[in-house]
Amino acid sequence: MTIDLFTLAFYLFALVTLVSGAVVVFSKNIIYSAFALLFTFFGVAGLYVLLMADFIAITQLMIYVGGILVLLLFGVMLTTKVINVDMRTGTIQTLPAVLVVSALAGVLVGVFWSTDWIVSPAAVGFEKTAPRIGEMLLSSYLLPFEIASVVLLVALVGAAMIARREKKAL
Amino acid sequence: MTVADILQWLQTPGLNHFLLISGVLFSLGVFAILTRRNAIMVLMGIELVLNAANINFLAFSRYTTGTLDGQVFAIFVIILAAAEAAIALAIVLNIYQNFNSVNIDEINQLKD
Repeated sequence: MTIDLFTLAFYLFALVTLVSGAVVVFSKNIIYSAFALLFTFFGVAGLYVLLMADFIAITQLMIYVGGILVLLLFGVMLTTKVINVDMRTGTIQTLPAVLVVSALAGVLVGVFWSTDWIVSPAAVGFEKTAPRIGEMLLSSYLLPFEIASVVLLVALVGAAMIARREKKAL
Repeated sequence: MTVADILQWLQTPGLNHFLLISGVLFSLGVFAILTRRNAIMVLMGIELVLNAANINFLAFSRYTTGTLDGQVFAIFVIILAAAEAAIALAIVLNIYQNFNSVNIDEINQLKD
């Protein structure tokens, strides 16, 4: 019985992702949740590497860990009374949610398990994906690329507009 | 399905394994969205769901088509997630200034 490195890495990253994902969801302390989310993002980035997506993995680390997670932590710190009240957050409608989510998970896992996916014998071995992604972004995906840039600009201006503190009523 | 088959299946991670992980991650995210009272926890659930979707894109891109279209789509998902997080955090901060709370079950003025 031999276990190659790919299998080992897969199970390591899968374990990291799922365990820390469960901590994110079930932890009562929102700070613990935010820090468990860090490990979830790392695990998912590892899975991306195993799927031969090196550029996406680095993008995931830079944007999710470096950007979104810091933003979420800022949100936690600014909206939770850190000093005097404990940071426990409650849950609502737990029982219906358990039923709905377990049904959803059962359907998803069942479909993913039982479907006989057509798997093409893809090329083995890693290749650099960044140059090819760059070419695709500037050729066949040029319009979505430009729209995404406009969306980002509008979103950032809008976020700054919404979040700024009003000095006086306009 | 014998034990040997299961061991063989466990030893060769393929498309199904990645899909199963993304399915479980998606369910965890939906559970967080449905049950947590804190709005920022709901946002974390949304991030989990988006990550699960991205794993699916990359897994199908790697194992079925062999092209990079799925990876380009994953980049767009990440871009939109960044925009969504910025806007949502701004809205949450504004809600906090107005209501002094970010519990989503207390923000029900439109109902009254």
